[in-house]
Amino acid sequence: MADVLQQIVSGIASGGVYALLALALVLIYRSTGVVNFAQGEMAMFSTFICWELLDRGVPYWIAFFLTLVISFVGGVLIERLVIHVVSRAQALTVVTVTIGLLIFLNGAAAWIWKGEQRTLENPFPTRTFDVGGVVIAAQDLGIIAVSLVIVALLWVFFQKTRVGLGARAAALNPESSRLHGVPVSRMLALGWGLAAVLGAVAGILVAPTQGSFDQNFMLPILIFAFAAAVLGGLDSPVGAVVGGVAVGIALNLIGTYIDFFADLRLPAGLLLILVILLLRPSGLFGRRIARRV
Amino acid sequence: MPVPLLELEDVEARYGAIRALHGISLQVGEREVVSVLGANGAGKTTTLRAISGTVRRSGGLRFDGSRLPRSPEAVARLGIAHVPEGRGTFDELTVDENLELGAFTRRDRAGYERDVKEVIEHFPWIAERRDQQAGLLSGGEQQMLALARAFMARPRLILVDEPSLGLAPRIVKQIFDVLRSWIDEHGMSALVVEQNANVALEHSERAYVLEVGRVAVEGTAHELRGNETVRKSYLGY
Repeated sequence: MADVLQQIVSGIASGGVYALLALALVLIYRSTGVVNFAQGEMAMFSTFICWELLDRGVPYWIAFFLTLVISFVGGVLIERLVIHVVSRAQALTVVTVTIGLLIFLNGAAAWIWKGEQRTLENPFPTRTFDVGGVVIAAQDLGIIAVSLVIVALLWVFFQKTRVGLGARAAALNPESSRLHGVPVSRMLALGWGLAAVLGAVAGILVAPTQGSFDQNFMLPILIFAFAAAVLGGLDSPVGAVVGGVAVGIALNLIGTYIDFFADLRLPAGLLLILVILLLRPSGLFGRRIARRV
Repeated sequence: MPVPLLELEDVEARYGAIRALHGISLQVGEREVVSVLGANGAGKTTTLRAISGTVRRSGGLRFDGSRLPRSPEAVARLGIAHVPEGRGTFDELTVDENLELGAFTRRDRAGYERDVKEVIEHFPWIAERRDQQAGLLSGGEQQMLALARAFMARPRLILVDEPSLGLAPRIVKQIFDVLRSWIDEHGMSALVVEQNANVALEHSERAYVLEVGRVAVEGTAHELRGNETVRKSYLGY
């Protein structure tokens, strides 16, 4: 039993990372109407920026927050310079552009950082806690705590601030938002900036857990984040968080008790995406708005 | 009429290659309710969209003496509220959040709270349903909410597109009455597009009749009621 609880806690930790990335996907899906396939590579790029800063001797938390700022600006620039240009095109065009962005960022990272394996500093102590027989890693707790703080901040921003309300409105009904003076275009750029920040946090949290990372380390993680977002409903922020944690726990539990599963994690993630899209495309919390006409 | 609040001079507008307005000129004075009448496709909705900047337009558009900007956001910030065709309800947001969006261009928190109270005096049902999802409101309620959202911006000019569409006469009367009392209390002007000419003339000082993107007839509500063609084509008696 203690063993199961232990696996659940570390499942929640990896789930927190999936949740952050899934939230980023949902954020962009709601405002731009497309799935951002470059989300993982944006996170990967941010992780490398953080590594670079640390490598140059910047103290950890300063490097962390500096990376978030740089990522935000980068996300805004990607929207302004790339996505905005094709924003009037069909969804398929925009999706194709995000795939192009994926390839570009991956190639650029391989070029800048030589495609070598890097190790990112772990901000959390390596010790463990024994809570009634359940051994919990401090790192897992740290990841869960940071994820919670980020989700809470995002919630406050979207639910409690004027700009957050404007951003939600711009995603729901851009035409009507414009008539109320909401700068819709700027709100979309803001969404991309925030998605980039979420990705950065996810990348920086997950890289140390893997020992080392290179420019491809985000690809499998993005698959699980997709599974999480689809499970929760691609347009539901609550769904992204619930889906992320659910996927994290499920992968961990199954991996512990079924020996051969380690190799099947990725196919399992893809299978989950397929099954949900077939049986319940709106996911657990997806939009089915009640509407009277 | 003294210096008009809104003045259109020879305004053209097009959707892609199709020209929808062929040179419209009209004026709206301070505290005036002006209606725009005409059949389907005459360019009524496009006239409002040209003013709020949601369609490509050219020609002279002046508001309070200066040129109207091109972007809808900038037009809204000048104090022009547009209640659009289809009402523009934010379905998934609550009634409260809809009202807050109406006041997006404002920063004064106290004034906002006061205006919510005032809007509720006009539409008492809102008080009970502030936390409800706006998409669940009835058509009439959504029309009133759209008007309330516009009021929340404290606009100097309100553009209203077909307020009577699909609504019972009693509700239509209520909507026009509220519009009138808000104008009297706050010194606003209104440009109302209506297919229902009887209702429109009853509630406005002056009117323009559009035919295929041009002004065909204009005058006071009284004059238009007396106009033979208008009576036959639009009033039906």
